[in-house]
Amino acid sequence: MLNYSLKRLASAVPTLLILITVAFFLIRIAPGGPFDSEKALPPEIEANLEAKYQLDDPLVVQYVRYLGDILMFDFGPSFHYRDWTVNELIAQGAPVSFTLGAIALVLAMLFGTTIGVWAALKQNTVADYATMSIAMIGISVPNFVMAPLLVLAFAIGLGWLPAGGWDGSVSRMVLPSIALALPMIAYIARITRGSMIEVLHSDFIRTARAKGLPEREVLVRHALKPALLPVISYLGPAAAAILTGSVVIERIFTIPGIGSHFVQGALNRDYTLVMGVVIFYGVLIIVLNYLVDLVYAWLDPRIRYDN
Amino acid sequence: MRHGRLLAAILAPIVALPLVAGCGAPEDAATPKPFDLPEPIEPWHGQDGRPLPEALAERQVLQRGNGEEPQTLDPHRAEGVPTANLLRDLFEGLATTAADGRIVPGAAGRWDVSRDGMTYTFYLRDDGRWSNGDPLTAADFVFSFRRSVDPATAASYGRMLAPIQNARSILAGELPVEALGVEALNDRTVQIRLDDPTPYFLGLLTHASTYPVHRPSLEAHGDDFVRAGNLVSNGAYRLVDWVPRSRIVLERNPDYHGADEVIIERVTFYPIEDENTEFQRFRAGDLDWTDQVPANQFRWLNQNLAPALSVSPWFGTYFFGFNLTRPPFEDNLPLRRALNLAVDRTILTEKVTQFGEIPTFHLVPDGLPDYDPPVPDAAEWTQDEREERARALYDEAGFDDDNPLEVELRYNSSENHRKIAVAIAAMWKQVLGVRTRLVNEEFRVFLQNRQMRRRTEVFRAGWIGDYQDAFTFLELFHSEHRRNDVGYANPRYDRLLEQIAEERIPARRRNLMVEAERMLLADQVVLPVYTYVTKRLVNPLLKGWEENVMDFHPTQHMYLLRAASETLDEGASADDAQSRESAEPEVH
Repeated sequence: MLNYSLKRLASAVPTLLILITVAFFLIRIAPGGPFDSEKALPPEIEANLEAKYQLDDPLVVQYVRYLGDILMFDFGPSFHYRDWTVNELIAQGAPVSFTLGAIALVLAMLFGTTIGVWAALKQNTVADYATMSIAMIGISVPNFVMAPLLVLAFAIGLGWLPAGGWDGSVSRMVLPSIALALPMIAYIARITRGSMIEVLHSDFIRTARAKGLPEREVLVRHALKPALLPVISYLGPAAAAILTGSVVIERIFTIPGIGSHFVQGALNRDYTLVMGVVIFYGVLIIVLNYLVDLVYAWLDPRIRYDN
Repeated sequence: MRHGRLLAAILAPIVALPLVAGCGAPEDAATPKPFDLPEPIEPWHGQDGRPLPEALAERQVLQRGNGEEPQTLDPHRAEGVPTANLLRDLFEGLATTAADGRIVPGAAGRWDVSRDGMTYTFYLRDDGRWSNGDPLTAADFVFSFRRSVDPATAASYGRMLAPIQNARSILAGELPVEALGVEALNDRTVQIRLDDPTPYFLGLLTHASTYPVHRPSLEAHGDDFVRAGNLVSNGAYRLVDWVPRSRIVLERNPDYHGADEVIIERVTFYPIEDENTEFQRFRAGDLDWTDQVPANQFRWLNQNLAPALSVSPWFGTYFFGFNLTRPPFEDNLPLRRALNLAVDRTILTEKVTQFGEIPTFHLVPDGLPDYDPPVPDAAEWTQDEREERARALYDEAGFDDDNPLEVELRYNSSENHRKIAVAIAAMWKQVLGVRTRLVNEEFRVFLQNRQMRRRTEVFRAGWIGDYQDAFTFLELFHSEHRRNDVGYANPRYDRLLEQIAEERIPARRRNLMVEAERMLLADQVVLPVYTYVTKRLVNPLLKGWEENVMDFHPTQHMYLLRAASETLDEGASADDAQSRESAEPEVH
């Protein structure tokens, strides 16, 4: 197991290096630069800005310098939010996105699996079809429709919750985390239902029932764990995505997470910020995929024994 | 994302209508919902126009929506409207603006201008202080002006100071900052020498690039001097909290020379980029002031939120540029004129943009105190007459039904720009038979293409004046200006601009500017469409601000009134206070 962990870690380094290199040159290829605006700058002022942000060196020199900087965990100053460094911006935004993402993840896991299992047990009944149809709608209705509807209903219509903003209070987390969780709940419910049905028809469940185990025991001890395997493999990348924020949700609820940096950073040609969030996201995906593999091994004895 | 906003825009009124109808029913009248707009108490002001103390709300706390997150609060490196709004509250230049946009004494209580218009002497107020109590001195201004033009500061708006002696050479690194024509005659007197008489110079002094910065905190904190806790400023407010992309909180600065007149105690600026989100938050009672309103919802807003809706002319023009360096527009004046005349501006403003934008045939917006733009004859014609003339010109340009013009109309991705482009293409098609290909591009790609002039044919453009003078529009078409994306290179026009810059007599200068604009319009280098308007929602209880063409609204002039319902119904007032309380986020 230790050997395996070390191998995985070692393979992460070249992956990250490729990611950094590709991202670095891609964003530089994009037309326009961080200091462009409708009010064009006189050449001498543009030169001053480029000198200040060291953009006047050859690209390869900038690349090597950048690699050196990130080895020291220094992601540089943001070109757009000029009073802040990328480190500070990520440090401010990441906890917000993490909090929201984690709540949404928990909600999605709880409701998604419960609904999925329940639908699987009621397979091919009206209840099953109804839940799965709702889930299908949940998957297909995008966030940017669901979120404003939630705001209209609960913030403006009923006045129960704030329409947006972020100050760490629970009331401001409710709507955005529900909006984030809803499509995931639907998705997880469908995956769980499918795999649960499959598991319930497998031999070892029949054996368990034949041994006379109570149905409850069969479900919780024997069926649930293997039924969750596909959910877990979906959760790895999904968690990375949701923990790094959603640009749509952040925009609609005015939440200062890091999700909007991915889009806004690229639109602003904020080279350092884009690199910062890309690396952050990359590391998170690598770590989470690694965790998923560990959980997999724990859930599925076959994988454990193979190792 | 664009689809998101579109959908939200479509859905909002549909979903909102039954809700509004339901909650506005009489039985709910006792518990006001946030979108039941409050009415101010009457009477609320005395004969001097100042508010009556008993009419003022108990809590003078203002929540302002402010568009994008500011790029920086360093006044010398700042750019963009949202940043300017904040800095206007935090800092004060030598001159400043009244609520109606007039230029009035700021940090300088008075000034003299030499007879040749080249030397300004400013006398600082005796009670001028920084927010930490330090006296504000002439040396602070000398230091700040020098910093603003120092190449090491990399100020993007350093060119605002270009009229000052030697500023251009210093920006280019050819002279040391000490050569700048700004001097402290004594502790309280600043003298500024100009290269050219610049009639709009006082207006420039309201711009952030001329604000003073506090030298000791700059030296102590370096670039971090703008952080909450570090920032020392000289305006009506001081910075208490700044959570990036969440909120910026300012508090009344007791050391400000006019502090006694400032009524709003605390103001929070919320960076909210999405206009639909901002609108929802206004309706939920979170905001007293929005930066914009959802496009295409004028009718709904006007029906349901009319007392809160404020629309007024802005100092900007929406236009299209013709690339004069490439076919088909190179050396083809009749074609440019034909396309210009075939556009029905009234339809564009009434049916497409809908917010009362003002159709225009010239470049410099109306409303400047001492400039009357040359209005082309076509503005007086009926649209039918214009179209008839357009067809004749189109023929003259060498095109007809068998040989129609094929042209590319380029704009940056945005719902409003798209709609206008589609409508114009349809008009060209209908009147002249032009085949238009619409191209939309991401903003920075678009800007670069415009500047390179290698791809563009007709392209969208817009310009909001930097200072209150026609020159801010005219200078764009100097052959060497970097935003001269049409590629206009007319030596006579360039010479005119140089004459304007040197002219000392106001009337002559004005005539030269009219002549310059007339030349631009005669050469039809642009296709003006409309004068921008500012549009926002404002809590009807918020008073003291006035519409003005520069759209400058310093918080220091504003105040919140009691709602009329408060005196009648105690329950409602408690509710109101509570909702305001909960709307204000915690401040640490």
